Amino acid sequence: MLRILQFLYRLRAFLLFILLEVIAIWMVVTNNSPQGAAFFNSSNAVIGSVLKKQADLVQFFSLAEANESLTEENAEIRSKLTFLTYPADSMYLPLDSALEVTYEFRGARVIANSLRFAQNYLTLNKGKKHGVKPGMGVFNPDGVVGRVKSVSENYSVAFSLLNTGLLISAKIKSTNDLVSVQWDGKNSLEANLLYVPRHILTQPGDTVITSGFNAVFPEGIPIGIIKEVNPDNDNPNYLKIRITLSTDFSKVSYVYLVENTQFEELDSLYQQSEISNEY
Amino acid sequence: MNIRSLISYVLSLLALLLIQIFFLKNLALFGQAFAFLYLLGILLLPISLAPIPLLLIAFGMGFVIDVFYETIGIHMAAATLLAFFRPLWLKVISPTGGYDDLQAPTLGEMGLGWFLSYAFPLIFIFSMAFFGIDQWGFGSFFSILTKSLFSSIFTCLLAILVQLLFFKRRRGI
Repeated sequence: MLRILQFLYRLRAFLLFILLEVIAIWMVVTNNSPQGAAFFNSSNAVIGSVLKKQADLVQFFSLAEANESLTEENAEIRSKLTFLTYPADSMYLPLDSALEVTYEFRGARVIANSLRFAQNYLTLNKGKKHGVKPGMGVFNPDGVVGRVKSVSENYSVAFSLLNTGLLISAKIKSTNDLVSVQWDGKNSLEANLLYVPRHILTQPGDTVITSGFNAVFPEGIPIGIIKEVNPDNDNPNYLKIRITLSTDFSKVSYVYLVENTQFEELDSLYQQSEISNEY
Repeated sequence: MNIRSLISYVLSLLALLLIQIFFLKNLALFGQAFAFLYLLGILLLPISLAPIPLLLIAFGMGFVIDVFYETIGIHMAAATLLAFFRPLWLKVISPTGGYDDLQAPTLGEMGLGWFLSYAFPLIFIFSMAFFGIDQWGFGSFFSILTKSLFSSIFTCLLAILVQLLFFKRRRGI
């Protein structure tokens, strides 16, 4: 018995090493699974406030650019608004409640962002207090940015679209074909389209937008533009399509959060009918 | 180790962590070469330091970097691996006559050639572990290898520069 204890004591550094590695790997695994609760991340109050100070300083220099894009977006929204105001002698019919808008929008600022790793995350300066919930979609005027992963009181962490674990339901605008967008971990400007059957007629230059089917994003938010279409050598039933992302992830500073207010109803319906709705 | 050198070690570790978090976080030359300068803090700890405190220091530093990088676990695993290999590698490359008791493996004390042969393989092991875990199941082995190679070269260069600029020199290089 003493021998064994002595033996273990001599191996103590190695055993500690194994223990620490197991803890670290366990943390990697729990952090990367979408359902797993993350105990430590940058939505922590202390870390969030440090990151926010840093972002305050850095983003001060890009304020002019942010202003410009906001003005452009305002102008666009104003021009759409003119079609929505009723002329004086018009009649107004309330539509059926089934056609009601079910999305709510909120604004947030990105205080930390990465794009060089295979699993990238964004930290946002809005949290539970401001009504942010896990699962909300994140986008900016250019296109889709990601999806909220976990929320603390004042901050939240979101999967970036540049995260190999995130699939986004999309469609090709010109043909209405349903596809999925996934990043391959390499170039922060490009991503892949998955599950595109061979019969689909598409060509470089076609726009890819959100489908509105996964109840996270409303329909029609841009994701990217098709760059090249090739037959998939590994799987002859599918096409291999690369898209150029419409969002410049190195410049994301202000984003919108979108929540589907009927998400819970939809989700419980899916569960009742035993359809797994992978978001 | 006296109290004064202890304080200077703690301060330099803190400074390296802050530099890593505030300045080097989003730095990647050509999207390939990352700077892991905070590893210098682990590399420069005294040679006589026992393996257990070394492992714990590396684990702690990895944790702090991880929460800011939003890469929980990856820096911790890789830095602990580096700390595990450090005493073994120091034994392999020990000069004839062994090390002095209170020696620290710095550039100024040991010379450029020795420092490179000490730091480069260890940083390379760290980078391989880091990018291996980061790109698990996605990246090809080749992309992991190139990223690790360029990152270790870049980190070594930065480590040498930092020591030339901010460390007292004992003898000429």
